[in-house]
Amino acid sequence: MKYLDEFRDPYIAKKIVDEIHAVTTKDWVIMEICGGQTHSILKNGIDQLIPKSIELVHGPGCPVCVTPLEKIDKALAIASRDDVIFTSFGDMLRVPGSKKDLFMVKSEGGDVRFVYSPLDALQIAKDNPMKKVVFFAVGFETTAPLTAMAAWQAKVQGIDNFSLLVSHVLVPPAMIALLNSPNNRVNGYLAAGHVCTVMGLDEYYPLAAKFKLPIVATGFEPVDILEGILMVVRQLEEGRHEVENQYARVVNRDGNSSAIDIINKVFEISDQKWRGIGLIPESGMILRDEMAVYDAEKIFDVENLKVDEPKECISGIILQGLKKPHECNAFGKKCTPKNPLGATMVSSEGACAAYYAYNRQENLK
Amino acid sequence: MCLAIPGKVIELYDVNSMLMGKIDFAGTIKEACLAYVADVKVGEYVIVHAGFALNKINEKEAQKTFELWDEMTAKAEKEGLDVFGMPLKEKI
Ligand code: SF4
Repeated sequence: MKYLDEFRDPYIAKKIVDEIHAVTTKDWVIMEICGGQTHSILKNGIDQLIPKSIELVHGPGCPVCVTPLEKIDKALAIASRDDVIFTSFGDMLRVPGSKKDLFMVKSEGGDVRFVYSPLDALQIAKDNPMKKVVFFAVGFETTAPLTAMAAWQAKVQGIDNFSLLVSHVLVPPAMIALLNSPNNRVNGYLAAGHVCTVMGLDEYYPLAAKFKLPIVATGFEPVDILEGILMVVRQLEEGRHEVENQYARVVNRDGNSSAIDIINKVFEISDQKWRGIGLIPESGMILRDEMAVYDAEKIFDVENLKVDEPKECISGIILQGLKKPHECNAFGKKCTPKNPLGATMVSSEGACAAYYAYNRQENLK
Repeated sequence: MCLAIPGKVIELYDVNSMLMGKIDFAGTIKEACLAYVADVKVGEYVIVHAGFALNKINEKEAQKTFELWDEMTAKAEKEGLDVFGMPLKEKI
């Protein structure tokens, strides 16, 4: 397919790998933010093609993984109601709540439907005026304009049986939180290409300057990721710390202004809890007061749920790049994609699931 | 979650005064919301995430990656080596 196959060309990939080997003289730790990139790195064996002195650590960029347990439990409580059709992206199906997951709610008779687009959820609301239709609005800045448009259209079209259970998170505040951590080892970032597609690059300039580290907006195909790594390593070796754009075919500096516009009409920034990591200031989005009638948490009484996280799961430490999945005692034993203990084992973009799928436990010490 | 894939716009139309369109993903046709790429034309490529085009694909920029690496190949060939550093005649 055009714009995909070329970026999977092994011949070009090999050229870039050689170039990375040629320019690397020191040890560097590079973090890819996005779970889609984590998946691509492991699937294509990129971690094994690059020099041993470059360590890739996997960032918190899997929205499924960082959605706080309370939100999952709220989703489960809402989805169990008789008067509700609960809609969600398929990724959320198996994410473990304190006691069950959405899949179990569905098999117990809950009307849980998986949709491709938030607009499909809105259509379900139009088709079922007697039901309350809730969409589970999770995701980063990439997904926010989509759920924002669904809410905006509900308002414009006067669809009042539609609401959002919102758990949107923002990437740059999490990048800052990781860099501020005393345990930080990251020397350079591959910024998430599709987040940058929406938001542009402006947020990253002060970050690169303050923390003196290179940030390269990077795509998702093997050629993209290798080129992104090369651009970061070149900067590190030359002592530069700039914002660069590997993914210029899709990302421009200003982002997508009409998408940002709708996001700002519907959402406002708030503090946000990240599963496994904790509270990060100003790292989430909630519905604006004017949009409160579309807020599922206000419509349904789901406060005061008691949450219960499995003790052995170290996904929070993994999401911060401090440990690798195979260093968790439960990895591949008590915890597998079929029976996930933590969210990072659920989504194919979660680091634990990616390590499991591509057998990284044996190859690594 | 944030996976978005490239596709070609083959039809444009309005639904509830929102720009929508048919997108061809290498033969699979799907509908997408094009409200965020309002100046898009039929025949252009967009990057689509969960039923929404997030941006148009910039053909010139897409080409650059390849030109850059082709240049390297050309340079290596001038030196009588392929990009793997092997003498050219030994290339299979
Ligand atoms: S392997 Fe399972 S239990 Fe261990 S950190 Fe990953 S998700 Fe948590």
